[in-house]
Amino acid sequence: MRYAPAGRWRGRSSASPAPVWLVGTGAAVALLGLLPVGYLIVLALGGGESAAALVIRERTLGVLGRTLLLATTVTVISVVLGVPLAWLTTRSNLPGRRLWTILLILPLVIPSYVGGYAVVAAFGPRGALQSLLEPLGVDRLPELYGFPGAVLALTLFSFPYVVLNVRGALLGLDPAYEEVSRSLGRGPWRTFVSVTLPQVRPAIAAGGLLVALYSLADFGAVSLLQFDSFTRAIYVQYRASFDPTLAAVLALMLVACTGGVLIAESRLRGRARLQRAAGAPRRPMRTVELGPWRWPAVAFCAVVVGLAVGLPMATIGFWLVRAITSGEPLGFVLDATVNSVLASGLAALLVVAASIPVALLAVRHRGLLSAAIERATYAGFALPGIVIGLAFVFVAARYLPIVYQSLPLLLVAYLVRFAPEAVGIARASLSQVSPRLEEAARTLGRRPAAVLRDVTLPIVRPGLVAAAALVFLTAMKELPTTVLLAPTGFDTLALRIWSATSEGFFARAAAPALLMVLVAAVSLGVVLRHESSR
Amino acid sequence: MIDAASPALRTLALVKRFDEVLAVDRVDLEVRRGEFLAVLGPSGCGKTTLLRLIAGFERPDAGGIEIDGEVVAGPRRVVPPEERRIGMVFQESALFPHLDVEGNIGFGLPGRGRGPRVAELVALVGLAGLQRRMPYELSGGQQQRVALARALAPHPALVLLDEPFSSLDATLRAQLRVEVREILRAAGATAVFVTHDQAEALEISDRVAVMRAGRIEQVSTPDELYLRPANRFVAGFVGEANFLSGEVHGDEVHTLVGHFRAAPGFLAQGARADVLLRPEQLHMLPVARLKTPPSPESVLRVVRRIFHGSEVHHVLRSPSGLELEAATPSSATVEVGTEVIAHARAREIPVYPIDEG
Repeated sequence: MRYAPAGRWRGRSSASPAPVWLVGTGAAVALLGLLPVGYLIVLALGGGESAAALVIRERTLGVLGRTLLLATTVTVISVVLGVPLAWLTTRSNLPGRRLWTILLILPLVIPSYVGGYAVVAAFGPRGALQSLLEPLGVDRLPELYGFPGAVLALTLFSFPYVVLNVRGALLGLDPAYEEVSRSLGRGPWRTFVSVTLPQVRPAIAAGGLLVALYSLADFGAVSLLQFDSFTRAIYVQYRASFDPTLAAVLALMLVACTGGVLIAESRLRGRARLQRAAGAPRRPMRTVELGPWRWPAVAFCAVVVGLAVGLPMATIGFWLVRAITSGEPLGFVLDATVNSVLASGLAALLVVAASIPVALLAVRHRGLLSAAIERATYAGFALPGIVIGLAFVFVAARYLPIVYQSLPLLLVAYLVRFAPEAVGIARASLSQVSPRLEEAARTLGRRPAAVLRDVTLPIVRPGLVAAAALVFLTAMKELPTTVLLAPTGFDTLALRIWSATSEGFFARAAAPALLMVLVAAVSLGVVLRHESSR
Repeated sequence: MIDAASPALRTLALVKRFDEVLAVDRVDLEVRRGEFLAVLGPSGCGKTTLLRLIAGFERPDAGGIEIDGEVVAGPRRVVPPEERRIGMVFQESALFPHLDVEGNIGFGLPGRGRGPRVAELVALVGLAGLQRRMPYELSGGQQQRVALARALAPHPALVLLDEPFSSLDATLRAQLRVEVREILRAAGATAVFVTHDQAEALEISDRVAVMRAGRIEQVSTPDELYLRPANRFVAGFVGEANFLSGEVHGDEVHTLVGHFRAAPGFLAQGARADVLLRPEQLHMLPVARLKTPPSPESVLRVVRRIFHGSEVHHVLRSPSGLELEAATPSSATVEVGTEVIAHARAREIPVYPIDEG
């Protein structure tokens, strides 16, 4: 059900101070959000070796260098691919523009470890390509593991961030600027370089930073392709040693990198939005005739889409057929699905329940404390899953061995990881509810708790349902937190794909990978629908 | 403790401060049972805060509030809104979007046996047949009628209306305010109604309290307010006003446009004072039709005409630059450029000392 917007309302919100239970639960959620980084700092400082010495160790610096190299390379390639693709699908007479647009955004629904699986299972040793070529006498393919494979897997599934951002900017441009430039005697190419490109530059940078963030935080593709960037190094260090200090130092260095990128991204996004809001053009831009370049342009799109969408689907299909023909047992997929649904379902309930007090504080009881609580719950945004998982592993092992590798601990980690999504949606829904509605209910005899039950929550229910759906689906996809915290023997779809691929059992990973792509596609749909209904 | 003699609402030296701003400044107000009182004032004068104090959404810094003789806010006790027996109608109707018309009207009634009361109110506000509609399926006027029915349903001791018509267009507003008045009268309700629209306040309320900068300037019946405003602010805010300065001589004030008998006041002989003349009290005589030429300083020129339909306002300018407004029926209008002298047909005219703010 959709409600007419409540419109603007005047006046202060209710003057009553925030009730204790609200502040209490909100503060608890906030403290959980601060716990990972806080505890990692404690560990890093409390180790035998000094944290500073660990940072400048050759191995640590090597990890840092590799991570930055990977993120930079993936970002540059994504921009080089993404900007022309965005231009072709918005400004040119490329045949089938609408279809290409959808196909070019589709790679976002492929989780990185599924992408990694697709790359390894297609091009790796004993992969699909090799087994197809074997009859022709090819028994060795170029080395895939390491840097080239990691770049390939990350680029293919993150360049759409650039396409999306740049498309938005190109569509929002005021055609008048280009027309003025042309009327002043500049040709199409000079106009593009001197007028169009500068206006799109913030969007390119913003998209590029999202890609960089994705590459920094990714665990699945990097670990499957055995490239020692931070996330894999942290995991390996954690498995190899009981001394948590180095892992904690690595994790904090990673957080510093992602934090820096996030800050840069949010600044740029603000500026890009301003630029778009300034002109309000609804006049369509002139379409550029590609002429003889039409078919090369189509070929370019086809190659990118083929690699980013066709390759994973074909690989999954290839190995699914193999699995069925070779009688691979499918029963365990059911077990893994049940576990995934169980963990994600509980996570959705927990996260949405926890997001309500935070959102209520932020919307109805504005103040320094509420703002601090809300900010802290957003910590999950800046923290890669591997960092959250690691921190909770250490905390549990040290202080609460009884919850170590238990479902509740996994759910708490999910709470920290996914609270930002749910709080964001709950906040947006709540701010659509006029405080006058709650006041009307008070004058009609309802106590504050009854107002929440009878008025506020029923009105925001659609938003909460969307938040729960989103958390459910993203928790299904979540790999690094799950790898570190899932109870022993608790196999989920994500874990199944990851471990089967690591061990080279490509057929075994095919069915879960297909399911995962479907889950991811639905979650993207939920996000898009929620955003369009706002 | 409800005693029949006590007023429906009484506020005693009520004070509310937001940071450094005195939003409500020692307000004493009394509303009798069955009365319809308008609180009229410019935006930011504190009238909405006053209403929210009465409703219990704000806590007073000093003073007290009694509803039906019961203290609901005072030094020792502040009763929460849900226990004050008030009904409230907001500027934007604030209907619950997840409930239909019946659900909204019945919201404040006990769960069982609410049916007959809801039906009664649906009939009272003239929405029969629309019980199952959702709020977004109603027009603005219908929404406000549902909001009123919802507020009336639990038999409140007092109904509070916060600019209930301001979100509607002009035609609908005029029609709905008469309807609301009738509905409230039929329900036998006592109501306090906040507005910045003087026409609205004068038209439908029994008494009007004019508020400025947190203070009540005057409380009286609409005609009293119009004819004998307590001060210059009230005179200017309620209706259109010409202020003419003059000199007090006996019980008259001598001005440019004539000598007026002043309402009894406390003016010293020879003091300068302003008299209040409404545009319709000021009459024009074209100089050309006078038998004896007037003194040059009393000749006014018509510089502009403003057409209001049934009447026309003429802006007159004196040689000294003073501007006055005179109204005539549109059948008796005077051309722009005409030289006239003005005189007033009024018995006792309000007079304000010059130094008064």
